[in-house]
Amino acid sequence: MFLELKDVAKTFTGEKQGAFEVFSDIDLSIEENQFVSILGPSGCGKSTLLAMVAGLESLTEGEMKLEGEQVNSPGPDRGMVFQEPSLFPWLNVQENVTFPLKHMYSKAEAQKRANDFLKMVHLSRFKEHYTYELSGGMQQRVAIARALAMDPKVLLMDEPFGALDEQTRHILHDELMTIWRETQKTILFVTHSIQEAVKLSDRVVVMGTRPGKIIADYSIDIPRPRHRDHPDVIQYEKQIMSLLEVEINKVLKEELNYENRD
Amino acid sequence: MKIAIKRLLFIIVILGLWEGIHLANFYPDYIVPSPITVFDTLINGFIQGDLLTALGASFKHLIIGLSLSILIGTLLGVILGKSKQADETAGMYLIALQSIPSIVWVPLAILLFGFGELAVIFVVVVGGTFVMALNVRSAIHSVPPQFLRAARTMDARGFELFYRVEIPASIPYFIQGVRLAWAFSWRALMAGEFLSNGPGLGYSLSFAQDYARMDQVIGIIIIIGVIGAVVDQLVFSKLERNVMKRWGLLNS
Repeated sequence: MFLELKDVAKTFTGEKQGAFEVFSDIDLSIEENQFVSILGPSGCGKSTLLAMVAGLESLTEGEMKLEGEQVNSPGPDRGMVFQEPSLFPWLNVQENVTFPLKHMYSKAEAQKRANDFLKMVHLSRFKEHYTYELSGGMQQRVAIARALAMDPKVLLMDEPFGALDEQTRHILHDELMTIWRETQKTILFVTHSIQEAVKLSDRVVVMGTRPGKIIADYSIDIPRPRHRDHPDVIQYEKQIMSLLEVEINKVLKEELNYENRD
Repeated sequence: MKIAIKRLLFIIVILGLWEGIHLANFYPDYIVPSPITVFDTLINGFIQGDLLTALGASFKHLIIGLSLSILIGTLLGVILGKSKQADETAGMYLIALQSIPSIVWVPLAILLFGFGELAVIFVVVVGGTFVMALNVRSAIHSVPPQFLRAARTMDARGFELFYRVEIPASIPYFIQGVRLAWAFSWRALMAGEFLSNGPGLGYSLSFAQDYARMDQVIGIIIIIGVIGAVVDQLVFSKLERNVMKRWGLLNS
């Protein structure tokens, strides 16, 4: 198996609240070249899980392997795109994309590579620009180019389009689909949008909360490009929605009980 | 343009009132000299070179002192910013030291180094160092964690993380620190020079006081104010704006 998580658990130990279990017993196997979404309500630990794959969070229990090799620290074989802007404002677009290439390529090669990937996201025209001159959508495209330029085995995306407006989000969905087809990367995509997950993925892994765990795993075999109003798309969305409603209500109820506890 | 006219009118009115009080002869000339006399004194001072020598000496003290305080302040700030141990141990004392008015250091400097230039430079260094250190410390603390996480996924770690991400990410606060260090050093410089044996603008001021030359006193005060405003507006304010804009910290 390409990427494998076995019995993975995460517990945060705070000084005041004591131990807090984010999730446990996560078993997940992901095949190469697949587009897999991790979907769940806020607080289910999906972003923490992704950060673990990136090597930014430690595993409390269990193990994680990429192509048979144990993973426990960040590495260039896993590229990540974050929801928050994470481009470096002191570098221009091209320098941002060459940032991770410093140790791998000569300067000329790195620049050529950066140009290739900026072309892929249709931003080669903006390579001399600085981040403050770019829109949110453009910044995320540069971030995608930056992550891909390292030629990672897996591309990790943590709600990358969550802060964008609807219109831009749809354009970037299409762009991401093209990139995925061209580069044949394995993509692990975290989102809380059912629509986004169904539209993009080969497989949707649904996480529940309190405690976080995997509650469902769907293979989405609808031909691409997928349209929002395709009956199969709507069918999947409904199915997942009813599943998640239970989880969301669980959280709400807990919060309400907390308010009314005396 | 409109603002410029308002400002010009304001200063003309002030000068007019001043000349009026002078002409009314309520006070002797050595207490309220005419603005024209002050202007003449300034021109003469520049032509004869006394003021130029004093200005040159002051800038020498300032440049040496400010450079040292930026250097030492940055070093201290980086140590306190990076090491929690150091910050918990010494951070509080830095705030205490920073709140001491720079003129307080003058007697200490004079006892240590005599009335010469060394004492002046010492006061300037002390005046700028602590505020610089405090700013560099908060610069390092305020590096967005997002940048560090992103850089780590791109295989940057250890010292590389420090010089490729933390240092450039700290630049806006660093510039603010330099701006404050300059302002504090400039004040410290005048305090130090005032009690020294010269040369320097502050010394010229105390000299003018000894000879009851109100025209010189006012003239030098004007120079000190103009230099302070010009350096702040033309150099630091612009620099800070440009950096803040590039770093995306300016809303517009």
